[in-house]
Amino acid sequence: MAERYTSFKPGGRRWLWQRLTAAFLVVVLAFHFFLLHFLNHADEVTFALSQARMESLTYFSLMILFLVTATFHGVNGVYNALVNQGLSGTRKTAVKVTLGFASLLLIVQGVRTALAWAGGVPI
Amino acid sequence: MSQSYNRGLIEDFSRWREFSAGMWAWIFHKFTGWVLVGYLFTHIAVLSTALSGATEYTTTIQGLESLLIVRILEVGLLAVAVFHILNGLRLLFVDLGVGLEAQDKSFYASLILTGVIVVASVPTFLAGVTI
Repeated sequence: MAERYTSFKPGGRRWLWQRLTAAFLVVVLAFHFFLLHFLNHADEVTFALSQARMESLTYFSLMILFLVTATFHGVNGVYNALVNQGLSGTRKTAVKVTLGFASLLLIVQGVRTALAWAGGVPI
Repeated sequence: MSQSYNRGLIEDFSRWREFSAGMWAWIFHKFTGWVLVGYLFTHIAVLSTALSGATEYTTTIQGLESLLIVRILEVGLLAVAVFHILNGLRLLFVDLGVGLEAQDKSFYASLILTGVIVVASVPTFLAGVTI
């Protein structure tokens, strides 16, 4: 029997979360592109304009959720792709830990940047 | 027990001439996914200049946006993102059992729509750049 590599685990929740974050990201990524390339233009970006957007709690929380879901969806996608190519054993654990650490760093750095724009949580 | 098959044969990329639409969709979705996750890390790194101050951030972003190569790369990013979104919608529908019999046609539709959106966006993406 041929060897079977799959990232899918029956009863697992990561499969579902990958789809749920996908449905969210489809909308928010399209909004992100539209807002920052069509409504506002790339060559007009300034700290003050980013700050003005981030000072709204709705926009700030949407961007934080965008960061967290995009990080999960992207990093989990990379992990799944590697598992589907046959990653296993110690290397699989090492990749899982490395990707988890990289995700954490990315989210922390993204939140710090958002806080710098907003001057703290905009409540 | 779940059905098993020889993954080695379908993942032999030297057979690319024999790939079906679904296989190309799988490859493009994977490729665009790798590009997008790579960009996500780069994007946060560039935006982090906001931590150094308002002037540093504005100078960095406007400096990058003044370069033609950056604008061209942004058009490429748009192409990658739009395809990943449209093909991702196609995958979500297939997962829900909708449109499986037309999955090849919906892949071609994703490609064509991506092309149309990207071409239509080129003037906006290149606006204000000095050559």
